[in-house]
Order: sequence, then structure tokens, then C-alpha cells
Amino acid sequence: MKRTIKPSIPERSEDPLIEVSLTVNGEAVTRKVSMRMLLSDFLRHELGLTGTHVGCEHGVCGCCTVHIDGKAGRSCLTLAAQANGADIRTIESVATSETVLHPIQQAFKECHALQCGFCTPGMVMNILSRFEEPGPLDLSDEGIRDMLSGNLCRCTGYINIIAAVRRAGELTGRT
Amino acid sequence: MSTRSFGARVERNVDPKLLRGEGAFIDDIPLANVLHTAFLRSPHARARIKSIDVRAAKQHPGVVAVYTCDDIGVLDMAMPLLIPHPCMKNPQTQRPLARDEVHYVGQTIAMVVAVDRYTAEDGAGLIEVEYEPLPVEMDMEKALAPGAPLVHEKAPGNLAAHFVQVCGKPDDAFARAEHIVKIRVQVDRSTAAPMECRAIAARWDAVSGELTVWDGTQAPISVRGGLASIFALDEDKVRVIAPDVGGGFGQKVLFFYPDELLVPMAAMQLGRPVKYIEDRRENFLGSSQERTQIHEIELAALKTGEVIGLRDSFLHDTGAYIPYGIAVAQVASTSIAGPYRIPNIWVEFKAVYTPTVQVTPYRGCGRPQACFAVERAMDQLAEELGLDRFEIRKRNFIGVDQFPYEREGLLFADGLKVTLDSGQYAKALGMAADALGASSFAADQAAARAEGKYLGLGLACYVEGTGLGPYEGGHVRIHPITGKVYVNTGLSTQGQGHDTVFAQIVSDQLGVKPEDVIVVEGDTKAFDWGVATFASRAAVVSGNAIHKTAITVRKKTITAAANMLEVAEDEVELRDGAAWVIGSNRFVPLAAVATASNPLRYAFNEAAQAATQFAPASKHDGPPLGEGTAPGLEATDYYSPPASTWAYGVHAAIVEVDPGTCAVKIRKYICIHDCGNMINPMIVEGQVMGGIAQGIGGALYERLDYQPDGNLANASFMDFLMPYATEIPDVKILHLETPSPLNPLGVKGVGEAGCIAVGAVVASGVEDALKQLGPMKFRHVPLTPTMISDALESVGH
Repeated sequence: MKRTIKPSIPERSEDPLIEVSLTVNGEAVTRKVSMRMLLSDFLRHELGLTGTHVGCEHGVCGCCTVHIDGKAGRSCLTLAAQANGADIRTIESVATSETVLHPIQQAFKECHALQCGFCTPGMVMNILSRFEEPGPLDLSDEGIRDMLSGNLCRCTGYINIIAAVRRAGELTGRT
Repeated sequence: MSTRSFGARVERNVDPKLLRGEGAFIDDIPLANVLHTAFLRSPHARARIKSIDVRAAKQHPGVVAVYTCDDIGVLDMAMPLLIPHPCMKNPQTQRPLARDEVHYVGQTIAMVVAVDRYTAEDGAGLIEVEYEPLPVEMDMEKALAPGAPLVHEKAPGNLAAHFVQVCGKPDDAFARAEHIVKIRVQVDRSTAAPMECRAIAARWDAVSGELTVWDGTQAPISVRGGLASIFALDEDKVRVIAPDVGGGFGQKVLFFYPDELLVPMAAMQLGRPVKYIEDRRENFLGSSQERTQIHEIELAALKTGEVIGLRDSFLHDTGAYIPYGIAVAQVASTSIAGPYRIPNIWVEFKAVYTPTVQVTPYRGCGRPQACFAVERAMDQLAEELGLDRFEIRKRNFIGVDQFPYEREGLLFADGLKVTLDSGQYAKALGMAADALGASSFAADQAAARAEGKYLGLGLACYVEGTGLGPYEGGHVRIHPITGKVYVNTGLSTQGQGHDTVFAQIVSDQLGVKPEDVIVVEGDTKAFDWGVATFASRAAVVSGNAIHKTAITVRKKTITAAANMLEVAEDEVELRDGAAWVIGSNRFVPLAAVATASNPLRYAFNEAAQAATQFAPASKHDGPPLGEGTAPGLEATDYYSPPASTWAYGVHAAIVEVDPGTCAVKIRKYICIHDCGNMINPMIVEGQVMGGIAQGIGGALYERLDYQPDGNLANASFMDFLMPYATEIPDVKILHLETPSPLNPLGVKGVGEAGCIAVGAVVASGVEDALKQLGPMKFRHVPLTPTMISDALESVGH
């Protein structure tokens, strides 16, 4: 292809910037970002934590679920600026080690609870938040279905995810 | 390895990566200095474009380029017609960017490239377009009437295709029929809604002249061919990679979507990587949809319930374009007689243009509609003849001894005569009846009725032609350093677990663990002969290609190992990653066999020393690499199916209908399923269950709500109702395994199976539940509470 003069392309938009400082997976982070940047984009593209997925950008599908100050939240409905000072936890922090999965992840694998894997990080973060809540955990069939009722999956038909939550209960000694 | 991997519930190789959030979906791939795109889309279903003013958009800070049809050179064209067929009349395909007119709400008019997506969307919002709106007709039947507004001026009557197929002598059959039923059924439009929307990124390397395109497509090799052709690049200079893809279900097998051409073009023009990440709204407004068909189906029967003839005339909504040809309608036509003998068939369809998103295959591809038509008709026939619904089906099934069963005159989607190859239909029906408790259902129904509950039994059978050609390939190589086995094929995966089932196939031949088989696909630089992932064909076509290839590599390995171990070939077995002398503890690891099969000059590691020129093991007569031989343990082979192989199943359910709220609850759901030999039952069940869940969506909830003006009213997950965990019942899946006689592995496809029968089962069950309240018929899905309410009202309830 014939070489042409490179177009002049600005580095970034002229959006007003805001400094945000927050903790992500236990690490302190400070960045200057556009005031309208979503937390999901911040995590994925500013920090490179692309395990958090974006499936609908209107808070319905649950793919983008992360923990915000210990509670499951939609990173696609949260601005990075709103997360200033927050403690954020993403899927990248969940596994027990480089070689050992978290019991919820392990249960997903054993039960074939994922196919394409796009919804999976959001599912895991949502289930994890429920497992980490103080108090009793309802692992009845209805309780598990209710637990999953904020996450869409288009591949599995959910039954294996329900089985995986039950299995995670066994693996973590919760009943 | 002493146990066979084929047939085992092997956990998936790919899972740890995906569970840790380490998948690489397209928007996860870091591209330095990447630019982002947004599209301006038509707000009108039909309009003339009088003017487009992009000046303000171009001046917006951060906007790099704005393209309209005038700025895209060779791309200002109608995109390819992928599957031509003579029955199409002047087939219409979309242009990447609209020229002069638009044909549906959501059609791309301009593309904005900017430093980030936010800014690109700002730019799109600043484009001024002057439209002259034109009238539209959204009703498919009215659209065919004279004088109806046209979607394309070049397509009179909005007729896209008209096709008739005949098997046997249907007129004679209807003339001698003792009983005829005729019903009308309708299936409404839905969408695949993969959790990851479509996505594409492209990078142009001006130094090497190579275009790399990451495309969330089901057809990377075919996309590569198209891109090379359209951009006039050498095929070798275009690399298409489909990395992790978040679901496809057919929506991602179409090419080209406008972005798949425009993004590579922009990357080449701007000298920077460019990406387009479709958002959910755009997936509703721009990516293919399917399902709308209206069938008028007639069955000609004898008093015994034997169906001797079938006539079906249906309308198929193809949306604004017909890029995938008549595939959906043709599959529906050729599946219309289901698992039944019905020797005389007349089936006609008209494909109709409507000013909506184009229609191309979505999981099921016309089969759910055909199944809905014939199964609802069978129920009606049973009712009119006073026969049990199980019994009438049993009387019409193709018997075990009647295969191969040909339907002369019906050509399937592969262009070959429909030939059902094998199955045990009656056995499957019996299993379904037993698992459901059909024999005691009448009593259960009466007991429930006494408690004020309305239970119904739903039943439907389906067949599915799977494993469509033309061919796929397999490449297998044992790596000399690690001893791991590398496998390539020309498909891409969207969650079906190819990496695991293909590994299982190879594992059995080479005696390695499935986790030591590394499957790489979806990259034209890894393997570039083949077609795509669609039509429930991966296990059948690529699976058998890989199987054949692995057998060749096994033979090579045994020959080389026998030589190293100084024993006869029949004294060598492959297990546990090594070649063993049978009955002894003498072995050589596969890595060593692979290394020794590759004459070396340099000893890069200890094992490699044995293959260098002065090593004793390298002594040979003649050249180090014998004439006609190749280095290493490696082979490539192909499999081309002689015809499609037909899977089938029986679904049955017990549903409860609340006549007060008109809610439908599935109390019990049974699926008897036969896809031939199962490579991995866990993955088969996952595919079937996922399909059933999508089927339940289509049966009860999912309907794209196009307004009379052509706007889609529910283009979001807020408004388009898809099942959550709370809507999906437990399902009992039972297997039958009737090996396919058509391929070495004896497998049939399974990807689409689950969704096919569900609509028919649910409608059948609801009708049965409410029959005591009056003669209500449910022949339209999704079956909404409003429809039930209207039906109840019609019988004065």
C-alpha cells in the first residue's frame, strides 16, 4: 500500500479530567481519568484488569459485577469518579493461588457451569459476595436461583450453575 | 492411559483461564494507541437520505475521521451474497454505509473514528442527516399484497424468494386421505443475544503489509477470504483471529457486518489499530435475528392415524436483506416431516422482505418453526381421531429397520437429498413417556384439577440434520520438547468446548492426557483450510478430521518408537505420554520419539543430543531424512461428510397454567436425546441444556417487538425478556446413542438440538392443561400471558 502522510491524531479527548484514588484488589491506585469514564472501562482499559466483562452497559446482565466496598455492584453503572476512595475487588483477585482455584471457581469447573465464559466472572463475583456475607446462606434450590437472579447466561441454561453453587457450598463447608 | 477418553466426562481445559478472568475476548486484547468507532444508525425503517452533514462531527475534539458512503472507496457496494440459490429473485444485501436510502431502523449510515468510544459517540451525535421518511408495512402477509410499500424498489411484492419442493405424490395422498387436518402456526422473531456482543479490531502493519483482524466470528477462514478479496490483498497478508468469543449461536457466522469491513479499512487508512465493540442496543438493532414464520400445514391421514401426506405453505420473514440466502427457510422445509415416514410432501415457502434487521440462522435455523408446525398438527390429528398423542407418533415413526430413509425431492442445506441415516425414535418416545410418568398423568391431572390446579402434558419430537459439509481439516503434531500434542483445525469456538472434545479424540490415539493436548483454532495463521462453526458440525466434521489425522500420527509414532526400542511395531503401545514395549517396563517418552524423528544439528537440550549427527542413534544409511519422509511426528488430514447425519430427540413436559394470572410454570421437563456416540456427555448435556433454556425463552418470553413504524420497542435487556435462573426448571436429560453410520467416530451434531422442540412442547402442554375450560388452541409462540388470557376470554372464561 502506498505510504501516505500520517494523520495528526490527538492523544486523548478533551474531556475534563478528575483524579481518582481507590484500592483495587488490595493495591492503592491513583489515576487521572475522564469524568464520565465508567468504572468498568477504568478497570478494563486504564488498569488492564479485563476479567470484568461488559455485556449490556445498562446494568441488567451482571457480567460487569465487581465488589464495591464489599458488596456486589455493577461496574457499568458506576463512574470511576464515584469509586474514588472505594475498595474494589475484581475476578483477578479471587483464585486461591496461581495453581489453585477458589472453591467457587473449582465448583464451576467440576459442574461444567460455564461455556463461553463471558458471564462467568460476574457470576462468580456475585456468588462470592453472597458467600462472604455474614449470616446464613440459603442454598436451597430456590435460594440459589434467587442468588443468581441478577445474572444472565445465554449458554448453560443455568442448571449447572445452580449445581456449582451447591457444590461450592460443599467445598466451603456451607450448607 | 488405560481408560478411553472418548465418552468420558472430562473437565474442560479452557475453564481455569476463563474462571480467573484471563480469557482474551476481543475488547480484552491490548492494542497500543487503538482508536475507537461508533456508528450513526438510521432512526427510520424506510427513508430517503436527502443530505448528510458531517462537518460538526469532524471538528469535534478527539474525532479522527468520519466516513459516509462517499468516503469508503471500494467498500461502497452491496456486500456479498453468501449462499446463492436460483429461487431468489434479485437478492438484496446491505451496503456497509447506506447510500441514498435506508431499509431498517439501525442501518449504519456513518462511522466515526475517535480517540475513545465516548468521543466517537459524541461525534456520531453531531452528524446531521436529512431524511424523507417513506411508508412501511411491517406485517409479512400484507407486505406481499399488491400496492404494499416496498422495502426495495428492485424487489416487487417484497418477495425475496419463492421455492417449492415435492417428495412423492402429495396430491394423490390427499385424494385418498380419510382425514385431513389443517392448522396455521406462527413463530415470532427472536435474537441470539450472545452475552458478548459482536466485536472487531484491526491492525495494519505497513512494514510487513500484513492486516491482522481480531473478529468475534464463527468463520475466521471465510472472513479472511472475503477480506483478502475485497481489499485486494494476498491471502497470506490477511490474518483473522477469533480469540475467545462470548457465545455465537449463529449470529456471528454471518459476514460481512458493516464493521467487519470498515474497521480494517480505517486501520489501514489511519495507520493505527482501530476497534469496534458493539453495544447491546446495537446488537438488537444491527445484528442478525431469526424465527418469524407463518405456516399453513395440512396432514392427510388414514383413520388409523397413519399420515400419508403433508402440505405446508409458509411465509418466512427475511428482514431487509437476504445475505445468507434461503438457508433458514430451506432447513425448515426439509425438516417439516420430522421423524415421521410421511412419504408424500409438498412444501412451499415465500421469503418476504420486511424493513427490519436482516434474518440469518440463529441456533435451530428454521427447525424450531418446522417442528412447531408439524408437532402441533400431529396433536390436532390425534385429537380429531381420538388417539393418544404418544400413540399417533409411534404409528408414524420411521422404524429402526427403515434407515437410511430418503426423502426424494427434498434437498437439504448441503444441496443433497434428505436422508435420515439412523435412529431409535420409538425407543426414545418410550423413554420419554416413562421418565415423565405419562401412564399415570391422567390421574395426576384429575387430582390436580380437584385442587384447582391445571396441569397439562406437552410432547414433541424433532430431528436435526447435522454435520454439514463441505469439509474440515485437522493438524496434529507431537512437540519434540514437551511431548505435548498440538492440534489445529479451521473452526472457532464460542463456548462449545472444542479444546476438550478434540483433545479427547487425540488422547485416545496417542495415549496422552487430554490436558496435554493443546487445541489451537480460530487463527488463520495456525490453520487456514476449512469453513466455519455452524450447523452443529464441529464434532462431526472437525472431530472426524482430527481423528483421522491422529491415527496417522499414531502410526508414525509407533513406527519410530519400535525402531528406537528395537522391537516389532505390534509390540509397542502408546500410553501415559510414552511408547511402551507391551508387557515390559521399557519405554521412551513421546517427546523423545518426536525428537528422534527430527534429525538435528544442534543439541538444544539433553533429549536433542540423541538426534544430532554424531549420536549413535542417528546412524543411518542414506540421507538423515529419508526420501519421501517428513520430520517429526505430524500429519494433516481432512474429513468431508458424504451427507448430513441426523440426530433426533423427544421432549416431554408437565406444565401448570394458572388461569387467573395466565402464568405458565414448567413442573417437569424430560429430554431424550440422541447425537450418536458422545465424545463428552458432560459437554453434550451442557449444549442440550443451553438449547432448552433458549427454547424456553422462545416458547414463553422472547419476542422482538417491532412497532408499526418499524422501530424496535424492546432493544435492551430491560425490555427483551430472556430467561434467568428463576425461569428455567430442572431438566432431566437422558441419552440414547445410536452411532452415526456415516463417519468413523459415529457422532452426530448437538449444538442446536436443545432449542428445537421446546415451543411445541410448551404449547402442547398449555393446550392440554386448559382443554377442560374450552376448545382453546395455542399455535403461536412465544406463548404470552396475554394470549392465554385472550384464549380464555374467547371461551367465556
